[in-house]
Amino acid sequence: MTQIQSEYNFAYLDEQTKRMIRRAILKAVAIPGYQVPFAGREMPMPYGWGTGGVQVTAAVLAPQDILKVIDQGSDDTTNAVSIRQFFAKTANVVTTEKTTEATIIQTRHRIPETPLNEDQILVYQVPIPEPLRFLEPREVETRKMHALEEYGLMHVKLYEDISRHGHIATTYAYPAKVDGRYVMDPSPIPKFDNPKMNMCPALQLFGAGREKRIYAIPPYTQVTSLDFEDYPFEIQKWEENCALCGAEDTFLDEVILDDQGNRMFVCSDSDYCNDRQAQGHRGEANREDEMEAAQ
Amino acid sequence: MIGSHDVLLNVENLTMMYGARVGCEEVSFDLWPGEVLGIVGESGSGKSTLLRCISGQVAPTHGAINYKTRANGVRDLFTGMSEPERRFLMRTDWAFVHQNPRDGLRMSVSAGANIGERLMAVGQRHYGNIRATAQDWLGKVEIADERLDDLPSTFSGGMQQRLQIARNLVTSPRLVFMDEPTGGLDVSVQAKLLDLLRGLVQDLGLSVVIVTHDLAVARLLSHRLMVMQQGRVVESGLTDQVLDDPQHPYTQLLVSSILQA
Ligand SMILES: Nc1ncnc2c1ncn2[C@@H]1O[C@H](COP(=O)(O)OP(=O)(O)OP(=O)(O)O)[C@@H](O)[C@H]1O
Ligand SMILES: [Mg+2]
Ligand SMILES: [Zn+2]
Repeated sequence: MTQIQSEYNFAYLDEQTKRMIRRAILKAVAIPGYQVPFAGREMPMPYGWGTGGVQVTAAVLAPQDILKVIDQGSDDTTNAVSIRQFFAKTANVVTTEKTTEATIIQTRHRIPETPLNEDQILVYQVPIPEPLRFLEPREVETRKMHALEEYGLMHVKLYEDISRHGHIATTYAYPAKVDGRYVMDPSPIPKFDNPKMNMCPALQLFGAGREKRIYAIPPYTQVTSLDFEDYPFEIQKWEENCALCGAEDTFLDEVILDDQGNRMFVCSDSDYCNDRQAQGHRGEANREDEMEAAQ
Repeated sequence: MIGSHDVLLNVENLTMMYGARVGCEEVSFDLWPGEVLGIVGESGSGKSTLLRCISGQVAPTHGAINYKTRANGVRDLFTGMSEPERRFLMRTDWAFVHQNPRDGLRMSVSAGANIGERLMAVGQRHYGNIRATAQDWLGKVEIADERLDDLPSTFSGGMQQRLQIARNLVTSPRLVFMDEPTGGLDVSVQAKLLDLLRGLVQDLGLSVVIVTHDLAVARLLSHRLMVMQQGRVVESGLTDQVLDDPQHPYTQLLVSSILQA
């Protein structure tokens, strides 16, 4: 154990870099939703593998923390496993798959279904931090638009969605206004998770590695998803319940069972789903009476 | 002189230098509500430079640009207004029509979104209303209803220019700047656009500053004319007067070259 720690600085980054990132985080917390530039470091993993999130996690991680890493709601994808191993090795912290046990959760794509608490920090890996980029590629101009609170363009994008699809078709990275001021891109979570950001007791930190930006939502901050009066914001809904735990109110992934076109829907948050099953909740696919009836 | 409280836009001794090169020099004029002012002159005479300054896009090297705002009296664009105020003015009370519609349109979104953008920029949040207004404006610029959801890239040059005009006029601006609005179009399309512009200017009581090097366009649209040469205004007056009885040798040359052509 001591041997491992002597090989690396705690959590990989040197103390000076961590201080610099922490300063950016403090500024981000002080100006909710504002993108703070930071001098990102090269990490021993390629961009697109969560280098922004990893740097933020490394800067806030303490030896007593318990770390959970999720990717697509799951703890056991390659990306989640390798980030978890990275911190287990470089910081020797305890890791967990349980949302309720974790003090820091690094995520790509999802916010856990289990409500977070004040003792937790949620760290997002963000690919594209700039919500205005879609219609305004010039960085100088988007910065000015944020500064002057000129957010009409965000609605142009939603307008275009409705005129093309008959409804707001943006389902991921759905723009939201933080604390009534800055519009941010909660990329790449599904809009299903947007309401969870609102008045969340946990601190939420966003790290974009390639673009070297950090932004934050402090605990208990208002986060409002943009919409039109006659096309109000709505989250995704499914006809089905989770086939494993029967949950009616979770974000579901479609799983293809065979090449016969059989499929089922299961919670994308695997920890949440396992918990429910452990508590005795059952969905269609593992309800014994139904399985017997089918045989 | 007439009391300046009625002047919509007053420009005093405006000079714009690009390093040591003169963009335009010591230009002064007044624009009255409902008036169309034409600016003519050869290529490089400073027309676009002047227009960019007086429309708030770039600060002049020196000189004053006083605008009579709706709510806060006469204010200098650069010394009497903050940048947010100026930008707000530019997307509400003012309009700018570019020669190349690509510079004035968002090519990646539909005609409806193009027209609706300014409405959304000033806080409209009812999709149905925004769409209805956009549809209405599409009609006013004589584009068929069913093109509302089409991308501008599927429009002809003349249609793109009309779309740009609709997109600009949707917030009922009082003052419109145009830089060669008919420039890239062929003659028959030009004529149609000019008719449309003339109608809109009259119906809406717009004040306009229009840059052109086409004297026929100037004659058709503008009440008054300023002739520029090498960054300076060499002659100005009522359009018919200037064109029928030019005083300055350069204006005489300009007019005679048209007549010979
Ligand atoms: N961005 C710039 N940087 C340096 N010089 C410039 C710039 N823009 C214009 N100029 C110079 O300023 C002078 C006036 O140019 P301007 O574009 O205003 O002329 P114009 O009357 O609009 O010409 P045209 O009819 O060709 O559009 C020219 O000498 C030009 O080279
Ligand atoms: Mg020009
Ligand atoms: Zn489940």
